[in-house]
Amino acid sequence: MDSYIVSDDLQQPQHHASGEHGHDEEGNKMFGFIVFLLSESVIFLSFFAGYIVYKTTTPNWLPVGIEGLEIKDPAINTVVLVASSFVIYFAELALKRQNIKLFRLFLLATMAMGSYFLLGQAIEWSHLEFGFTSGVFGGMFYLLTGFHGLHVFTGILLQLIIFGRSFLPGNYDTGHFGVNATSLFWHFVDVIWIVLFILIYIWQ
Amino acid sequence: MTNIPIDRLNLPVEEPQHEFPGGWKRYFSFSTDHKVIGIQYLVTAFIFFLVGGIFAMVLRGELITPEADLIDRTVYNGMFTMHGTVMLFLWTFPSLVGLANYLVPLMIGARDMAFPRLNAVAFWMVPVVGILLMSSFFVPGGPAQAGWWAYPPVSLQNPTGNLINGQVIWLLAVAISGVSSIMGAVNFVTTIVKMRAPGMGFFRMPLFVWAVFSAQIIQLFGLPALTAGAVMLLFDITVGTSFFDPSKGGNPVMFQHYFWFYSHPAVYVIILPIFGVFSEIFPVYSRKPLFGYKVVAISSLLIAVVSAIVWVHHLYVSGTPAWMRMFFMLTTMLVSVPTGIKVFAWVATIWGGKVRLNTPMLFALGGLILFVFAGIVGIMLSSVPVDVHVNNTYFVVGHFHYVLFGTVTMGVYAAIYHWFPKMTGRMYHEGWGKLHFWLTFIGTNLNFLPMHPLGLQGMLRRVSSYAPEYEGWNIVASLGAFLLGMSTLPFIFNMVVSWMQGEKAPDNPWRAIGLEWLVASPPPVENFEEIPVVISEPYGYGKSEPLIAEANTHH
Repeated sequence: MDSYIVSDDLQQPQHHASGEHGHDEEGNKMFGFIVFLLSESVIFLSFFAGYIVYKTTTPNWLPVGIEGLEIKDPAINTVVLVASSFVIYFAELALKRQNIKLFRLFLLATMAMGSYFLLGQAIEWSHLEFGFTSGVFGGMFYLLTGFHGLHVFTGILLQLIIFGRSFLPGNYDTGHFGVNATSLFWHFVDVIWIVLFILIYIWQ
Repeated sequence: MTNIPIDRLNLPVEEPQHEFPGGWKRYFSFSTDHKVIGIQYLVTAFIFFLVGGIFAMVLRGELITPEADLIDRTVYNGMFTMHGTVMLFLWTFPSLVGLANYLVPLMIGARDMAFPRLNAVAFWMVPVVGILLMSSFFVPGGPAQAGWWAYPPVSLQNPTGNLINGQVIWLLAVAISGVSSIMGAVNFVTTIVKMRAPGMGFFRMPLFVWAVFSAQIIQLFGLPALTAGAVMLLFDITVGTSFFDPSKGGNPVMFQHYFWFYSHPAVYVIILPIFGVFSEIFPVYSRKPLFGYKVVAISSLLIAVVSAIVWVHHLYVSGTPAWMRMFFMLTTMLVSVPTGIKVFAWVATIWGGKVRLNTPMLFALGGLILFVFAGIVGIMLSSVPVDVHVNNTYFVVGHFHYVLFGTVTMGVYAAIYHWFPKMTGRMYHEGWGKLHFWLTFIGTNLNFLPMHPLGLQGMLRRVSSYAPEYEGWNIVASLGAFLLGMSTLPFIFNMVVSWMQGEKAPDNPWRAIGLEWLVASPPPVENFEEIPVVISEPYGYGKSEPLIAEANTHH
């Protein structure tokens, strides 16, 4: 019964009577973006689950004449991509300290490392002796690395956008949603790659 | 802050003072107002409901006689594929998203959704999906013919050899619809978590909001699996990969896993909001608080969680090992626990109440009765031996039409009638509403009940001709279908005429409790002049507690 009566645990009316009720838009955007990333990760999980099932159940998993995947160059690529996650974190820190020049520098470094990764993957693709249609293995390999590569590319585009916006006056004076989201996305792309690398290259 | 009796919340009827920029034309424009978008969703969905219904009637026309004599078999295949696709992706999903769009911000005391522009973009994808799907009738070979589930290897066939074929268009349409749904889900979850009015804790949220919340969580974590499968199938068809193509070493059953991992939970995406509608309607028209509010709220989340581990019951006959079938049989049956909790709570709510049989209540009661029937049949189907016997027969078709038409469509009707005065500022005509209800209720049973004996006797689904001994029940079912088609006429008439010249509606015609009834009918552009402070749980019928603090009841 008592629970229906005005209780003290409520916010005081004057707290929000002053117009808007303080729903912060930046917070909403960040929350929404995290929810979106969670959903996005399920696509990757679905592909990973498919990969595991296919690998464990398909007879003649590797196409005829293929021994396995070369691991050295992809490993270097992995190191670069993982390192770039730290670099973009430094960029975020620099912005927080209002050091816009350092922010741009770190951002450029991230973009360079991301591009190095993409280029490395393109070179790897061009040397491979199997294609997208070479059985389920070929399909899964190109699907996974391609879909991830698309995310890396998107990440670099986002970085380019926040880099460009840093030259517009007043853009990063208040909120940094764009920067935080880009950074989070980059970490996400990184984590996905680590799982992907283990699945495809280490577990052969 | 003082308490005020509930009757004082029924403010005198006023002429609507609110000027809406654009008038009725705003419903045809790119608007970011959640109320406009909600109605845009509802009307668009209803138009496609009529389209899907016409397909259904052509199918039932074909099935009146045992011979395939009305339409060509390939046209028939395209028809049932499009009937299922349109009804799911363009009627049930969008109509419920429309209701949720209209109601959720009002119910939680927010001015709009968290991301109004994203909301509008998500809506405008729906007509695009519709136009895309309809365009597939005009490509060589016609629309997709592999059924709404698009199982390979059937869906991999492309007799015309064209790259642009019905199946590819189908997959693109489903993908766009998926993107739209993910956008919507992100928006709803953010809105519900972050934009509730002060004082509205999770356990003060109306149950419709709980239901939408749970349903959208399923969308977020289920839809990506379907997307993954659809992308792989698209590659199989267009560039010749071999994920699902058994002739090239692929595994077609994998597609069934991808498909049902989403599409079974999707049933709950559709039905949970309807459970929410029932939970809103039964207390109002019984004048009693909802029985077991918290348990009903939590049961929605439970359904969302359990629904993720039941999908393999669609694959009992796909070579699934016995131990696995056993596991999924048990988890499927487990869903009946939270669902049963809800049903008992509704019955306990109605029990001993002062029941008013207005049209919304009739539709909700009818929907509940049909749902109980569907649920019992569902438990039968979840058990492996029964399913193996009736798999791919009309028994299954009858079951899911009881869910999707008997419960969901009746629930949407209930919701539209219940909130019609709020949405339009006008009352609907009760007589036409009741006529609509009885035609629908009788038509549903005539149409879908005969499918159960047909299926038990072995009549397969997706066939355009059948053995003569099935003819009797098929005639009954077809007559039911035509009756259902006719039942939409009084509804359309009622909606159009009442919206134009119906009696002016008061702000709270049902004397309901809920924030949406405290604002004018129709609500002003930003919903609330001042964001209300919620001070009690919902559904306090028969008690004299206020819903919101007095300082905030000014209009």
